Amino acid sequence: MELKEKILLKLKTHFKDVDFSTEEFRGEYCITIPNKIIVDACELLKNDEELAFNLCEDITAVDWGRLNNRFTMVYFIFSMKNRFRLKIKCDLGDGVEKIDSVTSVWKSANWAEREVYDMYGIEFNNHPDLRRMYMPESFEYHPLRKEFPVMGIPGSLSLPKK
Amino acid sequence: MGIEAQLTGDGFFTTTIDALIAWARKNSVWPMPMGISCCAIEMMAVGGAKYDIARFGSEVMRMTPRQSDCMIVAGTVTYKMAHVVRKIYDQMPDPKWVIAMGACTSSGGMYRSYSVVQGIDQFLPVDIYTAGCPPRPDNLLNALIAIQDKIGKTRAKDFPNS
Repeated sequence: MELKEKILLKLKTHFKDVDFSTEEFRGEYCITIPNKIIVDACELLKNDEELAFNLCEDITAVDWGRLNNRFTMVYFIFSMKNRFRLKIKCDLGDGVEKIDSVTSVWKSANWAEREVYDMYGIEFNNHPDLRRMYMPESFEYHPLRKEFPVMGIPGSLSLPKK
Repeated sequence: MGIEAQLTGDGFFTTTIDALIAWARKNSVWPMPMGISCCAIEMMAVGGAKYDIARFGSEVMRMTPRQSDCMIVAGTVTYKMAHVVRKIYDQMPDPKWVIAMGACTSSGGMYRSYSVVQGIDQFLPVDIYTAGCPPRPDNLLNALIAIQDKIGKTRAKDFPNS
């Protein structure tokens, strides 16, 4: 059995009554997971001996710029054992800007989630240290949101006096 | 040649202290290498044997602002970094000069974005702007020569605070 089928089968047997949609683009396999089970699914993918997705490469988000179902989380994870990269997509749902943190699964998710919090304003439940990553802590906006102007908001970032 | 040619007859020559100090000052400009990004690589090339900033008496790159006369701001200055740059500039003893090296420091360059200061002259008194992305080492030497000309014309009354 191919690894892609194996991943889907294991998820389906572990989480009954849950819909997983899959897609593939240029050899990159992607699974969409509902936000309720994100931590459990990640734990399964990491701790299963056959799958062993032990490396969390990146976590980012997408702002679709629409009212309903605005944000999507994207996780890139890698299995060193199988040399296989998996993309996980996870819609946050209507009006929701919160999701459970996966730092309990991969420690490297800590800073990646802080970056998402900084740039998109998505909050992570149970995150050990949810502070801004790049912008000054007094900054009030989230730059990668669609409503944020490219040149920023005048006066939102301070400069030293000349 | 040089100063010996002036020492004819009684072996002395007359000048003003002002002119002598300005001459000494302009030929020993000690740079503060504020290397923030890629321009710093070209700045290192200037320090190396091929371009050799020592020919202009500026080989003493001081890694402390307290011993330098001229700050070479080499790289993209973000709003967060601006406070650091200003703090280092404030620690330099008077009289002091600033070279804005490259497009980013002069105008924000290709980073027309919320996080990058669109020209460090918003918070620093810049003496020379250098064009290029990054400027070639000879261009930085040209900026240094221009600073030297500027320093050579100064007199003690120009620095009432130092």
